Amino acid sequence: MEPVKINLFGVPGLALLWALTLIAFGVFGLRIWGLIGLLRQARYENRFDQFGRRLAHAAEHVLLQPRIFNERAIGWAHFLIFWGFVLYTACFNWSLIRGLFPFLPIPYPDEVKLVALFLEIFAVLVLAALAVAVARRLFFPPPYLHLSLDANIILGLIGLLMLSTLFGSAFRLVGEGGHSSLWTPFGTLLAGVFPGMAPNAARAWATTMWWLHMVGVLAFLVYLPYSKHLHLLASPFNVFFSQAATRPVGDLTVSGAKDDLTEGASKWQELTWKQLLNGFSCAECGRCDRACPATASGHPLQPQQIIQKIKDHMVRTGLRRTDKSAPKLVGEVVTEKEAWACLTCLSCMEQCPVWNEHVPVIVMFRRHLVSQGRVERTIQEVLGNLQRYGNSFGKSDRMRAKWTQGLPFKVKDARKEPVDVLWFTGDYAAYDPRMLEITQTTAKLFAQAGLDFGILYEAERNTGNDVRRVGEEGLFELLRDKNLDAISKVQWKNGNRVIVTTDPHSYNALKNEYGLANEGIGVKHYTELLDELISLGKLALKKKLTGKVTYHDPCYLGRYNGVYEPPRKVIAALGLELVEMPRNRAISYCCGAGGGRIWMEDTPDVKERPAENRIREAARLNGVQTLVVACPKDIAMFRDAVKTTGLEGKIVVKDIAELVAEAIEVAPVQVSG
Amino acid sequence: MNLYVLLKMVPDTVEELNVAADGKSLDTEFLRFKVSDPDEHALEQALILKEKHGGTVTVVALEAPEVDEVLFTALAKGADRALKITTDQTRLGAFAAAQVYAAFFKAGPGQITPETLILAGSQAIDDLEGELAAYLAETLGLPYLGVVCNVARANGKLIVLKEFAGGLRGQFEIGLPAVLGVQSAEKPPRYVPVAKVRAVMKSAKIETVEVGVSEPAVRLQLERLYKPEVAGRAQMLEGTPEEIAEKIVEVLAKQGIL
Amino acid sequence: MAKPILVLAEQHRGEIADITFEMLGAARAVAGATGAPVFALLLGSDAVPLTARLGAADKVFLVDTPTLDAPVPSAAATALKTVQEQAQADLVFIGCTNISLGIGPILATRTGLPLVNFCRALRVEGNALVCTSQLFGGKIAADVKLPDMRGIVCLYPGAFPAEAGRGDKPPAVEKVPLLVDPPKVIFKQYLQPETGDVDITKQSVLVGVGRGIQTQDNVQLAEELAQALGGAVCASRPVIDQGWLPLSRQVGKSGLSVKPRVYLAFGISGAPEHWEGIQNSQCIIAINTDSKAPIFDGAHYGAVADALEVLPVLIEKVKARKG
Repeated sequence: MEPVKINLFGVPGLALLWALTLIAFGVFGLRIWGLIGLLRQARYENRFDQFGRRLAHAAEHVLLQPRIFNERAIGWAHFLIFWGFVLYTACFNWSLIRGLFPFLPIPYPDEVKLVALFLEIFAVLVLAALAVAVARRLFFPPPYLHLSLDANIILGLIGLLMLSTLFGSAFRLVGEGGHSSLWTPFGTLLAGVFPGMAPNAARAWATTMWWLHMVGVLAFLVYLPYSKHLHLLASPFNVFFSQAATRPVGDLTVSGAKDDLTEGASKWQELTWKQLLNGFSCAECGRCDRACPATASGHPLQPQQIIQKIKDHMVRTGLRRTDKSAPKLVGEVVTEKEAWACLTCLSCMEQCPVWNEHVPVIVMFRRHLVSQGRVERTIQEVLGNLQRYGNSFGKSDRMRAKWTQGLPFKVKDARKEPVDVLWFTGDYAAYDPRMLEITQTTAKLFAQAGLDFGILYEAERNTGNDVRRVGEEGLFELLRDKNLDAISKVQWKNGNRVIVTTDPHSYNALKNEYGLANEGIGVKHYTELLDELISLGKLALKKKLTGKVTYHDPCYLGRYNGVYEPPRKVIAALGLELVEMPRNRAISYCCGAGGGRIWMEDTPDVKERPAENRIREAARLNGVQTLVVACPKDIAMFRDAVKTTGLEGKIVVKDIAELVAEAIEVAPVQVSG
Repeated sequence: MNLYVLLKMVPDTVEELNVAADGKSLDTEFLRFKVSDPDEHALEQALILKEKHGGTVTVVALEAPEVDEVLFTALAKGADRALKITTDQTRLGAFAAAQVYAAFFKAGPGQITPETLILAGSQAIDDLEGELAAYLAETLGLPYLGVVCNVARANGKLIVLKEFAGGLRGQFEIGLPAVLGVQSAEKPPRYVPVAKVRAVMKSAKIETVEVGVSEPAVRLQLERLYKPEVAGRAQMLEGTPEEIAEKIVEVLAKQGIL
Repeated sequence: MAKPILVLAEQHRGEIADITFEMLGAARAVAGATGAPVFALLLGSDAVPLTARLGAADKVFLVDTPTLDAPVPSAAATALKTVQEQAQADLVFIGCTNISLGIGPILATRTGLPLVNFCRALRVEGNALVCTSQLFGGKIAADVKLPDMRGIVCLYPGAFPAEAGRGDKPPAVEKVPLLVDPPKVIFKQYLQPETGDVDITKQSVLVGVGRGIQTQDNVQLAEELAQALGGAVCASRPVIDQGWLPLSRQVGKSGLSVKPRVYLAFGISGAPEHWEGIQNSQCIIAINTDSKAPIFDGAHYGAVADALEVLPVLIEKVKARKG
């Protein structure tokens, strides 16, 4: 068979194919060139390091797509369509080259039996997957799935390609005399539908199907970069260049930045090229929105919309320069309310199958707002306090270690006496009156385990983790420098230098943003340390606790830093039965305190605060009366939520240290005024 | 308008204040200074006026601990010039400070023009001798009003709101030049990011000015400073929040409220 | 005989303010020790009928020039200086209030008299008057000596008993003819606060909230308690400045003075500006995390606790009591 040997209204098929190919690739190429041009106008960011690790990361997440299976049914559908696409793209190119250069001594792909078999099998699998996708869109659309015409067009196009393949195979069989073949099982089946068809007519139909397929793919090629299906081209690169491939996403530092990024971005050109690539990669699947606690509680923020709006705005103002009426990116396209609603909990990024990075973009917008002084009053006051006193409470820095006064022993000043472990308590554990007793309990546990630890007293500053995420980059740097200066004065007893933190937010900053590893200093969360002390037998448990508890994974401990097991091991060691909440570990639901939200007012849009939603989830568990937490902000947020949801008496919120203290029978400490 | 904002440093009351051994001054061990709250409002009001009506904002302060940072912050917020008078503020009362500022405005770089408006905080927490703005206005012979909470300009005059009590405010018309003591600006003071202040510290300069005033007369005879004796200390309700609440309920019952 | 003490009576729109009686009472106390006469000065064309209420003064000077009807500090200082010179009064009392703010320094500049601000107590030591002032938001006290009883003293509202300054007998009145130049500060009008809200001066129970309440949401908790108690919520300046409650709920200087039967103060440190407005409450219960907060020095009951922890429990218990 030679499908190019036709004559359409006097135009030879070969000429037609050449013409169509040149037009399609030309239009496609120009568009792609234009889009890459946009990225080249953006700020530089070095994502070109560690090629091997990036490649491995991309191989896993492009070829196997584990994240897509977080939603099982559509996951399979996507997986099949993806691999079908790979096969069909290869065969299309093969077919096209053979068509364009008829003298080549190679067969068409469907003339190779094994290839034909695979094409048929995948055609059917992809059709089944399409059915799932269409049914999902029609009958069970999940929330925040963008139901666009775009999606329907593409599903239709793919369907057309698959059907043209199957029917082409059928017609070819009929044209060749109607022999059935095991290599083309579905073509054989379909051929039975056209029993009386003349071979000539069937051959004509087969040729038509070939052309339909080729023109369909060429049309697809043109359409692709104008639609959300640009995803298909951009997302493998997006995964390859993702930060998670090479370093923790808990570090907001833009590597290799050539511009000063402290004032963030007010226009798309002020984002980095990678931050813009997000938009090209997004397939509008809505998983981020479905995972976002800000979205769920009624805030006007949908992570997907942020990504999409940047892309639309960029294409509109970047490619069509005549458009003078374009609104401002920050304040209009993306509203201030949207920018401030984010809890930086990382749920969106954790879910994103193409590894988009939403949070850093939002922080870039916040930085711009901060640089303009457009900051909520309460945040202003907190930032002012942090500048002046180094804590968000606006208390004297000399009061930071006041909590130690109720202890029966003196806590070492690590700047003056040698220690093994430096304890970085963080603001809440040191200043929040609700936390003091827990902090004292933790100190007693450390002492009981024979840990040689000290604190920085008035020299400790807020680590700036949340300050950075509020967008006050300069203040973050100031706080970091002061802390690093204080840490450099610590008298370490030996080479094994460890900082332990109470607060997961401080943990993240110290571990990922302070560069302490270069100084040979390891950072641990107190749950990790307690787990170690218990398993080494240094904390001897005197009695077994009984009962069922559940545990809340703090965002900055779990999702950000992957510390899921140590607290669970501690709970198990105490003898408690851990009943998991439906949303646990990586899909743990944020308490609402992150990204500086703990300092902000809730707007009237808020239907249900994240902490209330979460405490209800815990209270619904059968037989569970205790929510165990491992973050001082969780104590504040959830104890408050217990009251506002009227769940007092049904569930209590306890710090994991309190439970350990019960098991080793450390007497509770009376907080001194 | 030629807007001048006088900034004063006061002890930060977040830190515990102690009296020094001489019994007449504050112990400097933990003493920290910050700009007086109402002065920040005065600056904000000046910046708002500049944004609306044009002109320049000049911030002026006397030498005091941590004052440079305050002046740089003012520049970062949008002030055009920062001047520091070399006289030590911490040793001066309001009257003496007013004499220094008066000399600054009469002979120094701060010439009074028909467009000059001098703004200071209405009152500071250590104004033992009274308010600077009033002293200065009187010394310069300029109109004055304190407890100001809004300043607008219309037909070449100032429309000024002053707070009385119970939310009552009075509207006044004042011609320029004038001195105002600002209690609160029409909008809360703006936030200025640390990076901006740092940038200003690198790029801008604080001009220092010497004002020739012979050692100003001491007007007040300070006998001693001390922590106030507690006259009638409250009867303390002790216990857990639960127990405290219970005790409050008892008090309420005793008062016939419950 | 000792030189007279001159009190600048404070009247606002036809009412004698309490501070006037407090100053007269303080002046009488000083006069008791020195034998000095106590004079009062009343300003404004509408002040004539008010002289009768100043019986605690030995004589009332009246300057009823209409120019003085408006509360302009420099004009008041002009009248004050004229009368002070005429009566040879070297000791002048002025209220430490928003209305009178600025009069003292202007007079001090014109007369060369020393001025003591924020005065909360007075005592006579030999030939001198010792004034005790509160500085730094009430955290430090200062004793200042006025030799020869010469000086201008600004008395803090509520620091002296008003009762001691009320007198029944109509005092001698002397009209002082005085032409005060039209001031350069021209009074235009009063702007009333928005009404329609609860009148907190008429409540028998008030729940006051201060900076320690932390967030706007927690104002709701206070509101809930107030409702359970049949009262209203009011606040100190920081809370009003945040916009969490309307101006009509502000208590203290610039705000209202209240006299409820019970005033519950949550997260209020008790700075003088706020204390001034609540000190006449019959019973003050203060809850604050800072055991050194000045509010505990004046309150009847106090608890060192987090207002946010006590509030919900208290609401419940009050509701339970009320049934």
